[in-house]
Amino acid sequence: MKDKFTIKNLNFWYGDKHALKGINLSMKEREVTALIGPSGCGKTTFLRCMNRMHDLYPGNRYEGEILLDGKNLLEKGLDLIKLRSRVGMVFQKPTPFPMSMYDNIAFGLKLMGVKSKSELTSRVEKALKDSALWEEIKDRLHEPALSLSGGQQQRLCIARAVAVEPDVILMDEPCSALDPVATAKIEDLITDLKQNYTVVIVTHNMQQAARVSQYTGFFMLGEVIEFDTTEKIFTAPANKLTEDYITGRFG
Amino acid sequence: MTREAYHKALKDLEGELQQMAVMVGSAVRASMDALKNRDLETSKRIVHDDIQVNRKRFEIEERCIRIIATQQPMAVDLRILAAIINIITDLERIGDHAEGTAKISLAIGEAPLVKPLVDLPKMAEKAVSMLERCMKAFLDRDIETARQICNEDDEVDAYYDQIYKDLVLLMIENPKIIKDATYLIWAAHNIERIADRVTNIAERVVYMVTGKMEEMNVSKY
Amino acid sequence: MRLHYQKRKLANYVALTVSVGSAAFGIIFLFWILKDVFTFGFAALNVDFFTQVSAPPGESGGGMAHAILGTLTITVLATAFGVPAGILAGTYLSEYGRKSKTASVVRFVSDILVSAPSIVIGVFVYAILVKPFGGFSAIAGAVALAIIMLPVVVRTAEEMLKLVPDATREAALALGAPHWKVTVSVVYRGALRGIVTGIMLAVARVSGETAPLLFTSFNNSFWNFNLTEPTATLTVTIFNYAMGPYEDWHQMAWGAALLITATVLLVTIISRIIVRGRAG
Repeated sequence: MKDKFTIKNLNFWYGDKHALKGINLSMKEREVTALIGPSGCGKTTFLRCMNRMHDLYPGNRYEGEILLDGKNLLEKGLDLIKLRSRVGMVFQKPTPFPMSMYDNIAFGLKLMGVKSKSELTSRVEKALKDSALWEEIKDRLHEPALSLSGGQQQRLCIARAVAVEPDVILMDEPCSALDPVATAKIEDLITDLKQNYTVVIVTHNMQQAARVSQYTGFFMLGEVIEFDTTEKIFTAPANKLTEDYITGRFG
Repeated sequence: MTREAYHKALKDLEGELQQMAVMVGSAVRASMDALKNRDLETSKRIVHDDIQVNRKRFEIEERCIRIIATQQPMAVDLRILAAIINIITDLERIGDHAEGTAKISLAIGEAPLVKPLVDLPKMAEKAVSMLERCMKAFLDRDIETARQICNEDDEVDAYYDQIYKDLVLLMIENPKIIKDATYLIWAAHNIERIADRVTNIAERVVYMVTGKMEEMNVSKY
Repeated sequence: MRLHYQKRKLANYVALTVSVGSAAFGIIFLFWILKDVFTFGFAALNVDFFTQVSAPPGESGGGMAHAILGTLTITVLATAFGVPAGILAGTYLSEYGRKSKTASVVRFVSDILVSAPSIVIGVFVYAILVKPFGGFSAIAGAVALAIIMLPVVVRTAEEMLKLVPDATREAALALGAPHWKVTVSVVYRGALRGIVTGIMLAVARVSGETAPLLFTSFNNSFWNFNLTEPTATLTVTIFNYAMGPYEDWHQMAWGAALLITATVLLVTIISRIIVRGRAG
C-alpha cells in the first residue's frame, strides 16, 4: 500500500517550547495509524500539525516537511481551507454545532459549494449511513444535535467530517469522553472507515490503539521512539522504552 | 453487535483449529493403514508432512497471541484462546505420534509383519474417533460429550493391554521376532498416547465452557 | 467530646439565624417597595392614563400616553444604537482580540464605563449633542442610554461568546470554514440565547434611568413625534410629578412608577426563564 503521509524531520515550537523534535515517519493509505505515548509526549501536537491547526494561534512555528501525497503541507501560501477539506478532524469531546443534526452535516457541504437541496439531502444521508448513525436518527434529523447522547454526538461529528469526503481523518482521543459501549461503536466505525479513508488516531488508551490500528507510533518527550505495525509494537517492540510503556512499567 | 472484526477473527481461529485437527486425525489413520498394508511410500509421506502440522501449530499460536495482544479478550473469549493454545500443543503431539507410527513402519521395512494387524487398527480407529468427536464437542461447546470421551480412554487402554499381551506371547514363542514385535508394541503405545492427548483436549473443552480446570481421566500409563 | 459537639451546633445555629435575618431584612424592603408601588400605582391606572397627555397644572385628569410613547421611542432607539455596537465589540473581544493588548484596553475602558455615574453620561451627551445642536431631543436621550447600555452588552456578549467551547470553533475551522463564517454561523448560534438575555437585561436597566435623560431628552407635556424635539419619558415625568405640588401629579407618578417597575420585572423574569432554558 502506498504512503499517504510522509513526515520528514518535522520540528515544532510553541513559542520557545520545542514540542516536536525531528519527527520522521510515514503513514499508509487506507490504514489506521495510532499514536500513543504518555501525556505531554507530543502526540496531539503532532496530529494538529497535519491539518495545520496550530496556525490558529500566534507564536507557533513549524520546520521540516509534512508531505501529503507528495505535496508539502508546510509550504508558505498553502490554502488552509482547501487543506482542511482534505484532512478532516474529530476532537476529544464531541463538538456538535448548535444547530440541527442535518445542518451540522450540511455545514461542511455548503462550505464546499454544494447548493442543490437534493444533493445535500442525499450526501447527508450517505454520511450518516457511513457513520452507522442513520438508523438511529433518521426520523429526527431536524432536531438539535445537542439532544443526542455523547456517543451519538461523536458519531455525528465523524459523519460531519466524512460528509465532505476528505482523504484523511484525524482523530484526537475521540472516545475519551465516552462510555465503553459508545467507545466500542466508535471503534467499529473506525474499522469501517478504513475501507475508504486514511485514519490517524491519537489515543491515551493503548488497548484502543491495539484494537483499531494497523500501525502504531510511540511518542515520548516530543520524539518518535518507535513506529511499526501494531502487532509488532504490542507483541515484540524493538525499543525498551516502548516495551516499558506498554507493559505499564512507566508512564 | 459490536467488535465484529474481532469476533470474526475468533471464529476464523476456531476454523483453523478444526483444520489442524483434521490434518492430524487423517495422519493417524493413514499411518496405521500404511503400517497395516506395508505401504512404505505413504509412511514416508506422513513423516515428511508432519512439518506442515508443526507449521500450522505455530501459525495458530501466533494468531492467538496477536488477538490477545491487540484485542484484550475477556471471559469466554479469553478461555477460548487459552484452550486453543493448549489444544494445538496436544494436536501437534498427536501428529508426532502419527509420524512415529510411520517411522515404525519404515523401520520394519520390507519385512513381513509378525502377525496380521487386527486390534491395532481398531485401537487407532477408536482414538481417531475420540479425537473427531472431541473436536466436534469443542465446536458445539458440548461438555457432556467431552466428559464421555474421557471415559472411553479406558477402552483404548484395554486394547493396549490386549495387544501387549498378544505380542509378548508371540515373542516368547519365537524370540526371532522380538525386534519387529517390539516395534508393534511401540506403535500401540503411540496410539495409547494419542487417546491420552484427546482426554487433555476434552479437559480444555470443559474448561472453555465452564471455566473450571478438571482432571477427568488419569491414564494408567 | 459531647460538649465540643454542642458548641459547634450552637455556632451553626447562631450563624444561620444571623444570615437568614439579614436576608429577610433586605427582602422585606424589596417587598415593601413593591407593595407601595402596586397599591398606590393601581389606584392611578385607568383608560385616560394610557390614552391622554398630561392635563395642565392644577387641573385633574389627563394621562401619560405621551411619556409611554417617549420612553418606548427612546428605549428602542437606544437599543438600536447600543446593541449592534456592543455585540460587535463583544465579538471582537471574544473572537479576534482575545488576549491582545487592544482587547484588554477595551475591556478596561468598558469596565470603567459600567461604573460611570449615569448623570455624568447625561452631562457628557448634553455637551456633545444638546448644546452644539441647540436643544434637547429624543435622539440625544437615546444616545445617552445607548452609552449606558454599551458596556453591559459588550461584556455579556463577550462572556456568552466565550462560553462556546473553543473545540467547537476548531471543529468548524477544521472543516475548512473561514473565521468570519465560523463566528456568524456557529459561534453566534451557540451564544444566541445568552446574548438575547444580556440585551434584555441591559434594556431593563436603562429603561429605569432618569438622570441622563434630564440633560438630553428633557421633558414634554404633549405628544411629540419629532425625534429632534424634547420628549417626555416615564422616568423624567415621575421625577417632575413627584416633586410637584399637586396630589393628582403624585397619583400619576405612582402609576408611572408601577408601569416601569412591572415592565422591568417582567423583562427580568422572562430573561431568567430564557437562561434557565439554556441550562436545562
